[in-house]
Amino acid sequence: MQVPEQDTVPESAARWVGEFLRRRQEQIAQRWADAELFRTVFTVSRDEAVEACKAVLDALSAVAAHGALENVAAPGFGPVRDQLGRMAGSRSRAGAGPARVADEVAALRGPATALLRGEFEDPSSEQAHECVLALTVLMGTLRLVVMETALGEGEQLIERQRQQLLEVATPVINLWHGIVAVPLIGTLDSARSQVVMENLLDAIVTQQARYAILDITGVPTVDSLVAQHLMKTVAAARLMGAECIVSGIRPAIAQTIVHLGIDLGTIPTRNSLADALAHVLRQQGIAVSAGAPVGAVPR
Amino acid sequence: MRVSHHTVRACLPIGSDSDLAWVRQHVRRVAAESGFGLVQQTKLVTAASELARNTLIHGGGGHVEVTALEDGSAHGLRLSFVDTGPGIRDLDQAMTDGYTTGGGLGLGLSGARRLVHDLTVDTRPGQGTTVTIVVWATDMPRPRAEP
Repeated sequence: MQVPEQDTVPESAARWVGEFLRRRQEQIAQRWADAELFRTVFTVSRDEAVEACKAVLDALSAVAAHGALENVAAPGFGPVRDQLGRMAGSRSRAGAGPARVADEVAALRGPATALLRGEFEDPSSEQAHECVLALTVLMGTLRLVVMETALGEGEQLIERQRQQLLEVATPVINLWHGIVAVPLIGTLDSARSQVVMENLLDAIVTQQARYAILDITGVPTVDSLVAQHLMKTVAAARLMGAECIVSGIRPAIAQTIVHLGIDLGTIPTRNSLADALAHVLRQQGIAVSAGAPVGAVPR
Repeated sequence: MRVSHHTVRACLPIGSDSDLAWVRQHVRRVAAESGFGLVQQTKLVTAASELARNTLIHGGGGHVEVTALEDGSAHGLRLSFVDTGPGIRDLDQAMTDGYTTGGGLGLGLSGARRLVHDLTVDTRPGQGTTVTIVVWATDMPRPRAEP
């Protein structure tokens, strides 16, 4: 900002700006509606953009009238906080970063300042200078309010996504009679591996499974803790009378496990889920052969 | 070792399980950007995961500093895991396979050393521990870093 914060704005100037924003609301709103911030958010109709501008101007006018130009928490901003949050959210969904949105808010100052200068016969007078200063400070505060609500939106989004992640269940899939598979995806921390183990042990009972395949294709990193969780799960399944096979071990993971010094020697492992299934079917003496295709007409 | 150029890329906090996930993701991305192959990426991310967990569990939290290294045409990464915890009392024992005080497999520190080109531990009782690893984006043998 080009104006230092410590420059004090006389209260009379603040009140004057508040009055000016109310008096010139229509003209400023018409100019702001063409500014990038409003134009890109309210794409349906220009009238909608103008209405949104007026709402923001009402808030700014109220804040200025109370002389609280620098107060981000001023009650005057209350009625437009939701709208500003929606606008910032819409901009960020359109790919505009926080700095861009801040610039777009800052760009609103120009048209308003130009109108304000036009109110004075002598734009270089002391009073004109004070009023421009007051408007500058006020617009700076608006920018902070927009950024604050935008960050609030971001935090809400993160919280919602965190909840969604917890809901990403680890399903136990019945592959064949007596064969279940668990596709593990993402980070296998202590909490999730506990859920996996419980689901698997439940499934072993309900599906009367003799074999369980743990597929780690979707686990990006297998470190010693993940390996330990896998071993514990395998050991628990064994106690239930089911044989466990770990599949989906990629070449990079295999090399890493060896260097790390993890001994998976007691656990049967396979490269892919298909390999693991074939292995289990062979163990059970089930032969899968290619028969005549369905619908084929024998001659 | 002559390192002609280095830039600090990032400093990430280690204070929770989700921070560990973020460290892994960040290290994976930086490693890919530095031209690491898939195997080396996986090794580095795994080593980072082990050491970051040590920082969290044994050091009570801290941070990791990621530095990009450049030596001629070679690209590398240096990761420093810093905590202000109790320190490691017996470093030789801590470096031994299977020794653990945290209920794990006891492979974190010793395993991480085998996954990277260089690993140094600077620990002071009561003041904290800094574990620094260096990995180069090539499997060519390199001289060990001077302490």
